[in-house]
Amino acid sequence: MAEWIKSIAPYLYTYRAKFFAACSATFQMFYKAGLIAFVIGLCFGILLVITKKGGIRQNAVIYQVTNLVINVFRSIPFIILLIFLIPLTRAVVGTAINVKGAILPLVFGTVPFYSRQVEVALSGVEEGKIEAARSMGSGTLGLIFRVYLHEALPDLIRVTTVTAISLIGLTTMAGAVGAGGIGSFAINYGQNQNHSDIVNVCVIVLLAVTFVLQSIGNSLSKRTTNRSLFQVRRGNGGTEI
Amino acid sequence: MIEVKNLRKTFHLKSGDVVALDGVSFSIEDGTVYGVIGYSGAGKSSLVRCMNLLEIPDEGTISIGDYQGIEARNGVPYYQGKPMTARQQNQMRRGIGMIFQHFNLLERSTVYDNIAYPLKYTGRSKAEISSRVCELLELVDLRDKIDAFPSQLSGGQKQRVAIARALAASPKILLSDEATSALDPDATESILTLLKDLNRKLGITIVIITHEMAVIKTIADRVAVMEDGKIVEEGTVYDIFSDPQATITRRFIASASPLGKIDKMIERNSSLTQVKPGEVLVKTTFLKDCVGEHILTTMAQRFHIDLNIILANVEYLHGNPLGGTIGILSGPQENLEAGIRFLEENHVRTEVLKDGRVD
Ligand SMILES: Nc1ncnc2c1ncn2[C@@H]1O[C@H](COP(=O)(O)OP(=O)(O)OP(=O)(O)O)[C@@H](O)[C@H]1O
Ligand SMILES: [Mg+2]
Repeated sequence: MAEWIKSIAPYLYTYRAKFFAACSATFQMFYKAGLIAFVIGLCFGILLVITKKGGIRQNAVIYQVTNLVINVFRSIPFIILLIFLIPLTRAVVGTAINVKGAILPLVFGTVPFYSRQVEVALSGVEEGKIEAARSMGSGTLGLIFRVYLHEALPDLIRVTTVTAISLIGLTTMAGAVGAGGIGSFAINYGQNQNHSDIVNVCVIVLLAVTFVLQSIGNSLSKRTTNRSLFQVRRGNGGTEI
Repeated sequence: MIEVKNLRKTFHLKSGDVVALDGVSFSIEDGTVYGVIGYSGAGKSSLVRCMNLLEIPDEGTISIGDYQGIEARNGVPYYQGKPMTARQQNQMRRGIGMIFQHFNLLERSTVYDNIAYPLKYTGRSKAEISSRVCELLELVDLRDKIDAFPSQLSGGQKQRVAIARALAASPKILLSDEATSALDPDATESILTLLKDLNRKLGITIVIITHEMAVIKTIADRVAVMEDGKIVEEGTVYDIFSDPQATITRRFIASASPLGKIDKMIERNSSLTQVKPGEVLVKTTFLKDCVGEHILTTMAQRFHIDLNIILANVEYLHGNPLGGTIGILSGPQENLEAGIRFLEENHVRTEVLKDGRVD
């Protein structure tokens, strides 16, 4: 195996330790920023849907402010955002470099996009279902959890997949703040030193990750259409939300 | 008893204000089926949606179920002198079932989970929920569909699930907004039969909104006719059908009855409606207490009148004849007059549509 790799990608083999470190850095940025962005984006998406005109908790002020903030951050290119946020990152996490310093900008780069996607997914839930649930006495939380999130689950999985893939893309830029990762490895050890095998392998790794994410997303989304994700059989009683 | 007094609701749109409810009042006896009919935009949906506070009326009072004397002022509902909290409103809605034109089932939930939805608000245990769902499925005759998803059901079956879901928490009132409008005639009939059964068996008060006269005729006890946010006419179904007062009510009835065609026929001067000198084209309408069609034969024989029936439509509603005929009477002038008087005396309203006697 090692011999084989050595023969087709000699420089990668030489820098294999750096390569694994790069993969690990990308992975850490991905899951840490991803988890945080997932939670925050979901909350913002829900907030947008319930506060918009005709929403279940219509509130023009909250909606407009959230909307504006999202639009502003969405229109800043990530590489600029990365630099722009350095002071804030330093204030919040103590450092603006390394993986640690990249998480916050990644979250800022992902949340606006994800919130919009969540908003669109939730808006796909028919008005009539909300109306029926209200007629059965569901309050705001009940409507969010038992109707919006429940009915939109396949779409939510779809948009989460898209966002996850775009997040992988963003992590490759995080090298700009010295966070390492596959992107900066490909530039520093591949492109800059003219080692094309390193660039090629980085491309293949990213493609593979994208492919795997997309497949998982597709399959989950398909399986949850008309089905419960975690089949809780026969009503799980009692809890009033 | 459900009581609604002076309900008002205006929607403020960019294009101007739309008055959906313009002072609506009515009351509904417990255990009856109350129909509300009107053309599109009359305000029917707004009315039912105000009744369970899905829409908050601007003004007016509502007494429904356990909540007597809810009073709306400036779009805020008050109960016992205090503004109603969101919790109180939810609580109130749980006591009122509602079904819709498009069923509005949760597509990602099975029939079981759809019906169990409101039961989670009743504090029942898992086992109790399960047995209640089975009971409801029995009631709507869908036992074998317990694990099906809505997408696997026909329209009629979906509406049955929706009915089971609406009744799950045992409300005493069911609001139905065009529940049969998206169904074919067979499914419509079976749903209406089911609703009537539920009304009889469980004593549930049903408020049924529709734009179809046939629906009212099939299951309602009383009916209110709505136009432009107002109730223009109200009464027992028989009274409204046999003796409509408002123009819009007449239009509804004419559209539902073949007798309505006569106006067009006269307009087109159809050969069937030609009267010779001395003849009259009359429309007879059977009123309550009338013995039925054979009164016409009796009249023809007794007064030696020739009766040529062009159109006839008679049906029986709660055992009373309803409908009438359109025909040409010919005979000696004084016999015609006596015959018409005879009909009037026997609860048959007679209108002369075309008179050949004056020529
Ligand atoms: N949420 C709303 N926002 C704005 N206008 C509304 C709203 N709901 C109803 N309206 C308006 O109020 C009027 C009455 O509507 P409503 O839906 O009560 O009529 P309807 O009798 O149920 O008609 P249909 O048979 O078409 O359902 C209409 O002019 C409608 O455009
Ligand atoms: Mg309507």
